[in-house]
Amino acid sequence: MSTPALDATLGPGAPAVESADAATATGRTRTAAGLRRWAVRFGSLAVVVALWQWLTTADARVGLRFDRLPSPAEVAAEFGRQLGTRIYYLDLAQSLIRILTGFALAAVAGIALGVLVARSRWAADVLLPPVEVVRPIPAIALVPIAILVFPTDEQGIVFITFAAAFFPIMVSTRHAVRALPTLWEDAVRTMGGGRAHVLWNVVLPGTLPGVFGGLSVGMGVAWICVISAEMISGEFGVGYRTWHAYTVVDYPAVLVGMASIGVLGWVASASVELLGRRLTRWLPRAGESAEGDIR
Amino acid sequence: MSAPAAPALETGLAIRLEGVSLGYGRHAVLEDLRLDVAPGEVLVIVGPSGSGKSTVLRAIAGLLPPRAGRVLAQGVPVTGPSPDRAMVFQDDALLPWRTVLRNVELPLRIRGVPRRERRAAAESWIARVGLAGCEDRLPRELSGGMRQRVQLARSLAGAPRAVLMDEPFGALDAQTRAGMQRLLLDVLRDTLATVVFVTHDVDEALLLADRVVVLGHRGGHGGIGRVLRVPDPRTPDIDRAGLRARIIEEL
Repeated sequence: MSTPALDATLGPGAPAVESADAATATGRTRTAAGLRRWAVRFGSLAVVVALWQWLTTADARVGLRFDRLPSPAEVAAEFGRQLGTRIYYLDLAQSLIRILTGFALAAVAGIALGVLVARSRWAADVLLPPVEVVRPIPAIALVPIAILVFPTDEQGIVFITFAAAFFPIMVSTRHAVRALPTLWEDAVRTMGGGRAHVLWNVVLPGTLPGVFGGLSVGMGVAWICVISAEMISGEFGVGYRTWHAYTVVDYPAVLVGMASIGVLGWVASASVELLGRRLTRWLPRAGESAEGDIR
Repeated sequence: MSAPAAPALETGLAIRLEGVSLGYGRHAVLEDLRLDVAPGEVLVIVGPSGSGKSTVLRAIAGLLPPRAGRVLAQGVPVTGPSPDRAMVFQDDALLPWRTVLRNVELPLRIRGVPRRERRAAAESWIARVGLAGCEDRLPRELSGGMRQRVQLARSLAGAPRAVLMDEPFGALDAQTRAGMQRLLLDVLRDTLATVVFVTHDVDEALLLADRVVVLGHRGGHGGIGRVLRVPDPRTPDIDRAGLRARIIEEL
């Protein structure tokens, strides 16, 4: 397992041959280790569900009252029933459209504004004061304003989602741009590159790791806010459906809604994470050269 | 080895510093520099760390505007960077998200050279510095010496009329450094570009230079100490002990 570390010290020329062997060896151990990690992850989830099943079927009252909480079996049955209805998919699609629209707008606006205020002092002086005043307001507290200002509920919900995701993306981008080493910019400028070349070839790719940090956080809060906004003012959507189930005291349906939110949110965050990792493959990663030795 | 497409066939740039004073913020590092670099010559600036060697280079590159005086390239005042004056930095100046090939192609891309042409030029320069077969590797997959080879190829691919080198081998171990010096001598034979090379290593200066400029401290701020001509430059096996002693004395 020490081969990857060894060939790093061999210097120029040698790594080409050496690392090919090392890659296949670590590749094999990596798949085995990967399977084990997935088994642990599923096991962890299974233990939680089993505990829940046991507490509810045993009608446990240990300070907390589990006797009235629906069991996983009941929830699963309700989930199965809902999967057969059209309305479930309509709700999912509605929530997804809302979050994707809001998030995409926030990503574009957040990255653009973050770069702008980090690169131009003038833009920072003009644009930052209002942004900094609005930033501490939780997006969900903007609901009354959204209802007042936007002609339709739909636009209001998308706006809330946008507002939630925008700030973490903008702030992360701004910090990433300011932390960028000037060396790369100097190099591109001595090749005759102007502002556009620096922006396209240095600033945007160089800040991607930081920007994706912001996108991950933004996606998380965007989910929280789209669901909350739907609970307050929607006519469709997973959040609305979940709240509606609560008002008619249909607890299994509430839990189906919660599980749907959890899974969708997880998938959305994982997609951002995956995309980020693919786009920043050039980063030197600790795990890549010395993974075997650490374990 | 095939000759690289469009090497620096244009003549080297004449560079002149006219009473240039340089510094960051309020603090002047160097004052009243006067220096003429002839077209096509290899001028090496030596000086202890902190003497402002790199600062001079940044001024010639157009990255640092002088506080007073003028930097002239071919008689024209330098107001900013230009692809005519390429720069090789000490380390890590490759864009880490671009492969070797795409790094070397970058100056050509900025200049708007068509895709196929710039690829051919970049590939031939990569081969010239001995890295054929590494085109698709990322900088993090290369050793320090290999990364500096790529930087050399990248700076020359743009066919500049002057190459400014800021301690390009300073971070390398002795063996790799000797190999890189040989490579540089080899590559410089085919180009007419003017070279301004900064180092703190006197032996490196004597190996490469037509003339050696010693930067030193005099009267509170730095300036040019002495300019020494190297007889029979870049000829191996010449005893330069006398010249070496004079430079060290100047330092």
